[in-house]
Amino acid sequence: MRYTLASMDTSAAEGARFQFASDQSLLVYFGHRITLQAHERVRKLLRLLELEPVTGIRNLHPAYCSLLVKFDALRMGHDELEAILRKYLERLEEVTLPSPRHLEIPVSYGGEFGPDLGEVAAMHGLTPEEIIELHASVEYLVYFLGFVPGYAYLGELPEALVTPRLGAPRRRVPAGSVGIAGTQTGVYPFATPGGWRLLGRTPIAMFRPDGDSLSFLSIGDRVRFVPISPGEFAALERK
Amino acid sequence: MRVIQVQAPGLLTTVQDLGREGFGPMGVSPSGAADPNAMRIGNRLVGNAEGAAGLEMTLLGGTFAFPEGAVLALTGSDFAATMDEKPVGLWMSFEARAGQTLRLGPTRSGARCYLCVRGGIEVKDFLGSASTHLLSGLGGLEGRGLRKGDVLKIGEANGSYRRGTLAANALERLSARKTLRVTPGPQGEWFPEASRRLFYSCAYRVAEETNRMGIRLRGEAIPMSSGGAGHEEIGRNASPTAGAGEMISEGVSLGAIQVPEGGLPIILFVEQQTTGGYAKIANVISADLSSLGQLRPRDEVRFERVDWETACSLLIEQERWLASEELIVK
Repeated sequence: MRYTLASMDTSAAEGARFQFASDQSLLVYFGHRITLQAHERVRKLLRLLELEPVTGIRNLHPAYCSLLVKFDALRMGHDELEAILRKYLERLEEVTLPSPRHLEIPVSYGGEFGPDLGEVAAMHGLTPEEIIELHASVEYLVYFLGFVPGYAYLGELPEALVTPRLGAPRRRVPAGSVGIAGTQTGVYPFATPGGWRLLGRTPIAMFRPDGDSLSFLSIGDRVRFVPISPGEFAALERK
Repeated sequence: MRVIQVQAPGLLTTVQDLGREGFGPMGVSPSGAADPNAMRIGNRLVGNAEGAAGLEMTLLGGTFAFPEGAVLALTGSDFAATMDEKPVGLWMSFEARAGQTLRLGPTRSGARCYLCVRGGIEVKDFLGSASTHLLSGLGGLEGRGLRKGDVLKIGEANGSYRRGTLAANALERLSARKTLRVTPGPQGEWFPEASRRLFYSCAYRVAEETNRMGIRLRGEAIPMSSGGAGHEEIGRNASPTAGAGEMISEGVSLGAIQVPEGGLPIILFVEQQTTGGYAKIANVISADLSSLGQLRPRDEVRFERVDWETACSLLIEQERWLASEELIVK
């Protein structure tokens, strides 16, 4: 059965594993752990496929340690695509990634913007101020954009801030909300349902369809959160 | 300039085409018609390119006036259309004379009806497509469903056009399937044998809160572990310490059937999230994706497993048939 063969087949050369995801998509896994090395390989394969597009590939969905490749099933099959991708994988070493951008996201923490700040502080036996300090203390990596347009998966949180997500997700999280879940943090670009614990909100539009670059953040960026007052939030929002 | 005046929008009517592919790296899913086959045929009936923008109506249709007239076609489900009180047929091109009004009612068959207009509907493109993406408020007309009083521009038609009707023998092939054919999902083998058997033997009902992002199902919960202990760890562990066999968020494909905590499957649909952290037990085959667009709340569906070769040949066969000249009788 082709399914089992494909899922068993591991390429020792690149450590990549191929898995049929649907009749028009193929998953490439770089291990099953979130590591910087896996992230870099995802980015390099993504970049190579963007620089030298393959006819018949219709879409790419990067994630922590995998890349989903959607293809035109009328033009090619899984095996043919896998053979092409293996050739690309052999060339990953020659791909240079642009040096990361360092960006800041202003956040007004607590109050109506961060309804879970108090509870998160209580869970860790810290004060809300200490939680804010922790969240703003490190530079995060944009592992990938996914879920909805412009949603950046940022990691890792300082260990003292690692918190499980909400038991029951909220039906509506306002746009700009800054949340944490597990070791991750992120900003909701749109009002959506969501299960991350909300610490604050940014006035920055994370995804602007009329801007030069649609998404404020890109894969591989480095990001810091900068605490601002509700007054500064209002001023920035008016801009 | 020809226009469509929206006198009543219906329950949820959006501008759609065949979607925008290629923006997954930004988290943007394609969107586009929920029943692309119906939209493609509608466009062919009015002499448009298959991917021209038209209107997608949901469960209850709208009322539209054509002050300068238009060449139209309705495809998909039967929404009891009338033009100035006279019934109008599905799957055929027809003309609205200047000043006529097209009225649609509640569905008499599936979930969606398409209104295609010769020249297409002109809206500002977003990433190369007219499709509305409701969740993000992008594309289509201001990223939203139509409202009373909206005025839509009809594009310039080019090329020749002759009135056409769908071939009689095509209707049966277009009827929406309630037994959806699937291939195994990328985590299909994570589910115990008993869970998989349950999934393939049970009937599920489409839940009320189904939308263009996902089709939620009600019925037998699918246990992840043989003990039926639930799904506490699934989808929660996007952590660096997650070991092999634990779920880390990954790219998800259209028609993926994910099993979240609680065990009730969700089929990811046209406005899908681009990545997700739940295990996927199966994936609806490409040839059956249009059928998903016609599922109504409370409809009963079942899943039937097919092999990869069958999925592929069913798609090739469907495409050949959709592209054939005989499909439309002039």
